[in-house]
Amino acid sequence: MFYREAGQYKTSYAADQALFPILQDRIGIAAILLIAFVVVPLFASDFLLNSFLIPILVLSLAAIGLNLLTGYTGLLSLGTGGFMGVGAFACYKLTSIFPDANIVLLIVVSGVASAAVGSVFGLPSLRIKGFYLAVATLAAQFFLSWCFIRIPWLYNYNVSAAIEVPTRTAFGIPVTGPNATSVTRYLVALSIVVAMTWVASNIVRGRIGRTWMAVRDMDIAAELIGIRLYRTKLLAFAISSFYCGVAGAMLAFLWLGAAESESFNINQSFLILFMVIIGGLGSIMGSFFGAMLIWGLPIVLRAAPEFFGVTVRAATVEHLQFMVVGALIIFFLIVEPHGLARLWQIAKQKLRVWPFPY
Amino acid sequence: MRAPSEKDVAAGDVLLAVEDVSLSFGGIKAIRDVSFDIRKGEIRAIIGPNGAGKTSMLNVINGFYTPQQGRIRFKGKTRSKMRPYDAARGGIARTFQNVALFRGMTALDNIMAGRTLKMHRGLFWQMLRFGPALREEVEHRRAVEEIIDFLHIEHIRKTPVGRLPYGLQKRVELGRALAMEPDLLLLDEPMAGMNLEEKEDMSRFVLDVNQHFGTTIALIEHDMGVVMDLSDRVVVLEYGRKIADGTPDEVKKDQGVIDAYLGVAH
Repeated sequence: MFYREAGQYKTSYAADQALFPILQDRIGIAAILLIAFVVVPLFASDFLLNSFLIPILVLSLAAIGLNLLTGYTGLLSLGTGGFMGVGAFACYKLTSIFPDANIVLLIVVSGVASAAVGSVFGLPSLRIKGFYLAVATLAAQFFLSWCFIRIPWLYNYNVSAAIEVPTRTAFGIPVTGPNATSVTRYLVALSIVVAMTWVASNIVRGRIGRTWMAVRDMDIAAELIGIRLYRTKLLAFAISSFYCGVAGAMLAFLWLGAAESESFNINQSFLILFMVIIGGLGSIMGSFFGAMLIWGLPIVLRAAPEFFGVTVRAATVEHLQFMVVGALIIFFLIVEPHGLARLWQIAKQKLRVWPFPY
Repeated sequence: MRAPSEKDVAAGDVLLAVEDVSLSFGGIKAIRDVSFDIRKGEIRAIIGPNGAGKTSMLNVINGFYTPQQGRIRFKGKTRSKMRPYDAARGGIARTFQNVALFRGMTALDNIMAGRTLKMHRGLFWQMLRFGPALREEVEHRRAVEEIIDFLHIEHIRKTPVGRLPYGLQKRVELGRALAMEPDLLLLDEPMAGMNLEEKEDMSRFVLDVNQHFGTTIALIEHDMGVVMDLSDRVVVLEYGRKIADGTPDEVKKDQGVIDAYLGVAH
């Protein structure tokens, strides 16, 4: 009834190709942005911001990065954690070298270092694909993890071999370090994620996105219509690693306030990969769904017994949480192997024709 | 139906010439010393029994295989080796025997992908999708919509091609090739697996492409009725050798061709 596009005529190709061609979608996204930028900072508690919203933003950005590579270009990567680490350590070095620079700028620039490293480790993709490429990127993961411990220059010869995030400012306001408020860090993270999501959706809808998907779906045909495979794949690696690098820098600087090699190990890579698969390969929106499900659901489950006034032992809650999340992941994959993004599309389609079945 | 004499193919310029090409995979000789030419503006059929080397021939022409011997002259330039990318740049487009569409993409995106070579805005503008990038996108969308209109596939433009029936997939694939605005269009069995009505539609599209856009077409086809009606000249391959070359009427009467198709009494 209320979600129907009848009467919304598009009179130009530009309008037809818009990001949200349906009016109701535009209203919906505006409402979400309004809540995220205005309502949440006013009312959210520190706990909600620090352990729920900021992590989801950071992980969503990393998931978008991996999705550009695995979901859109069809190149399986297990090096996400390593590329995130490159971003974090690059950002740390940049803050040491330029202590007075705008930290938001440094976070985004540190993605460039990650993009460079990602392109180098993307070179094997020119010859191999599928599981073999996954193993090659796994080598990148282990090599980078090793670097984060064995090259003391990266963490300024710290005894603890970890990054301690210093207080850094943007426009005079402390954004990172102990003096920064949760709300500031949340707003900075939100702004970066919103801007980069918009850019990612622009890329995938344009010429470059089409070349990526063409390589994913049928690389031989892609070559015969004049797409150069090595350029396309390397660009996908570079941009994907850029996103992961920025996410890694945000993880260290805006979320945890500290980081070490362990923060960017193979488990991190798997976590992001699961988010992408469950959220939906080849969907920007799905990256957010995946991050919300895998990071958000356990927190909700942990808080649930208390919310309903039931006292359960902490260890039991922990076990229950693993069981429920595991069961849900299997359930979602069986019901819809194309991920939550596909479920979302189906729901929207049903809503459009409601109350009729089709 | 159309008589070949309508067009002055005899005096036409040669667009592509295959000269003494041989191709083998290990011990298997797929093509042996084959020479023929394709003249500008004609419809050239390549026929032959199964395994005659027809598809290999197309793969050689658009650079997918490198022949061991022989040369290919395209637009006056001789070459012995060319990457598929260079072939596409030079204006050779291609459809496949088994549909080779980008299954996860919509029909519109598939055809838009065919215009990749004509779009030049770089990463910066693509990221913003604003100003020049948007103008370029809309300009090419307009060209693509003309092709969609031409092929009567308006109703499926936003459907992922994996969900389309076979006949429509073949049409989208033709659309993608046309989007490249090729000088030479290679069609590998465009009517394979189609019913009569779909064949009639596809034949009409092939003729229209040839006449309206002036595109030179080389096609492989097993339906002899279609081949004889559509093509200006036919080259016949058997076991990698050329056994006949000429107008449909000449080829039809050729004893070697009849033997190849019907077999010889021993």
